Amino acid sequence: MSDRLRSALRWESGLALLVLIIGVVGVTVSAQFLTSNNLFNVGLSYGEIAIMTLPMTLIIISGEIDLSVASILGMCSALLGVLWAKHWPMLGIFALIAVVGLAAGAVNGLLVTRLGLPSLAVTIGTLALYRGIATILLGPNTVANFPATYTNLGVNAVPFTGNAMTYSVALFIVLAVIFGVVLHATPFGRSLYAMGASAEAARFAGIRVKRNKTILFMVSGLVCALAGVLWTFRLDTAVQNNGVGLELDVVAIVLLAGVSIFGGKGSIIGVVLAVLAFAGLQSALLLTNFNQEAAGIVTGALLLLSVFGRNAAALSGRFRKWMPARPGREPGHPAADPSPIPPTASTPP
Amino acid sequence: MKLRQTAWLTGSLVMVSVLLAACSSSSSSSSSATTSTSTSASSSASSSTGALKTGLKVFIIPKNLGNNYFTTADSANSGGAIAALDTLGETGTETSGTAATPASQIPAIQAAISKGANVLIVSATDPTALCPTLNAAMKRGITVITYDSDAPTCRDMFINQASTAQIGTSEVDVLASELHDTGDIAIVSAAASATNQNAWIGYMKQELTKYPNMKLVATVYGNDDPTTATQVTQGLLEQYPNLKGIISPTTVGIAAAAAVLDTSKYRGKVALTGLGTPDSLKKYVSDGTIKEFLLWNPANLGYLAAYAAVEFASGHINGTQGQTFSAGKLGTFTIGADKTVLLGPPFTFNSSNINQFNF
Repeated sequence: MSDRLRSALRWESGLALLVLIIGVVGVTVSAQFLTSNNLFNVGLSYGEIAIMTLPMTLIIISGEIDLSVASILGMCSALLGVLWAKHWPMLGIFALIAVVGLAAGAVNGLLVTRLGLPSLAVTIGTLALYRGIATILLGPNTVANFPATYTNLGVNAVPFTGNAMTYSVALFIVLAVIFGVVLHATPFGRSLYAMGASAEAARFAGIRVKRNKTILFMVSGLVCALAGVLWTFRLDTAVQNNGVGLELDVVAIVLLAGVSIFGGKGSIIGVVLAVLAFAGLQSALLLTNFNQEAAGIVTGALLLLSVFGRNAAALSGRFRKWMPARPGREPGHPAADPSPIPPTASTPP
Repeated sequence: MKLRQTAWLTGSLVMVSVLLAACSSSSSSSSSATTSTSTSASSSASSSTGALKTGLKVFIIPKNLGNNYFTTADSANSGGAIAALDTLGETGTETSGTAATPASQIPAIQAAISKGANVLIVSATDPTALCPTLNAAMKRGITVITYDSDAPTCRDMFINQASTAQIGTSEVDVLASELHDTGDIAIVSAAASATNQNAWIGYMKQELTKYPNMKLVATVYGNDDPTTATQVTQGLLEQYPNLKGIISPTTVGIAAAAAVLDTSKYRGKVALTGLGTPDSLKKYVSDGTIKEFLLWNPANLGYLAAYAAVEFASGHINGTQGQTFSAGKLGTFTIGADKTVLLGPPFTFNSSNINQFNF
């Protein structure tokens, strides 16, 4: 246990160093980098993405994935637009959107846990399904002109933050604390690591794997609904393609955070640092005259390197498997380990 | 294992810093073309209201990057916006996101503001979503000009590529000249609910009253889907054997209709025109399926937007209806209603000019 924590902290201290380097380089290349104005702008651009990384972290740690997050965002955004255009009261709309978010997550969760389908396939399906519902709701129309009370989310900063913090970032901080406590300091949180290491072993240990995973997908749906509302108000626009493609940014940040794509490893502090690194890097690239068409290469390369690094142990095990077999030696494979406590990164393969 | 992880992470850190360092050095050299030689020319050519400002930092922000239409509108090589800015002695830079969505375009606009822009020339990905950002820019005294696609409530002026009336009437005129003013014609539109399509079709019907021997026998809808557009065009040809001409005021529709005609016995017997892009129709113009089609010249659109922007930023014009300004090789323009400047009649593409275009 302490070994695992230490290995995780090692990754996180590396990430903290990365954030620091990006900060220093950012300030060096542009005097605008650390101004309250730029911090506000970056917060606006990455607030919703950051919020969606939190439930995604828990889902990936539990050994699943949810690729429908951006489509749930889009569906809720479309619903908000349609109902507002029909003059529904805003509080009624919020309530319905929360229910729809939960329901969308429940569909994902039930398909994965009750029918035993792989979450990758299920959520690729609902990615298309929920986006399709958004398209049917709004068609080619755009709903704009939401009340200024709400659209000021995209204009005003949280008071007493020196005009630097957006409401979405403030929400992210609050949610990060809540998710951090749940993941690291409750039996529920610990059960996610066990499920991610081996669902079978977790079940034998008395963990209600199916129920817990369904809860995770529902929480993800709810949080994405919230992100959809924030997104709609800050752009003052409900349109069917709102947030299209964001699921890749969300997953990219979670993987950069050191959360293992195979499940069982990761921390919220890592995710917070990865959000800072990702948003800081994008901002630095924008503030220089870096060719934006090539910016994807930088972030993509960073992500690949981090995934390689994080899974170096597992990969070297696999690599050995492809090599000509040596008699009497079984290749190491974390998923095959029956122990409910995941093998630490320091276990020799 | 820990060691290996640390090594990997260190590797990625090094790579990121190298890349960032690389782009910081490119920022000093890559900012495109300020020409000092042309400043005297531009000041002598300017009108009675005094010289145009030079050395303005102008950011051109199309809907997205990697889009040939906008590359043509913006770049120096094609004679677009940056060519005009070079002539005027300004610094022109094209920037945007990679996806044509507000969420992708807004950070680029914000970065341009942070980099000290004097002028923004924007093709809006959404009529309202950019407004908080563009209003903040105008509040700082930055001139905001929209081109190609408008954000009506949050800009200083809009450069409109073509008027609804002119697009509608010109398409009928082009077809009439090919058909010698006689014969049954049909329209292949996009969606039945598309506002712009229906507005154009309204002007087409009005224009057709000038040609009593031309009769509109059907309007069909291809929904901007190549398969549907192909099917409805085939249906038209079978249902109306006397059909002599088709107008398709949509780029998807005209390409699908051209493909149908090209491989059928109707090629050369049924004339086709409409709104299309040169790249998608080059083949059909060269083999004679299409003689002429319309669109606007994006390079001229960018060029005009650049001149209008610099005139505005220099205080020569403020968007009042009736004001005039000179836009270099394109001549003199008058500002219309709603602070809008019209590029002019649609541009006609045919075999003599189509190979100059690449979008």
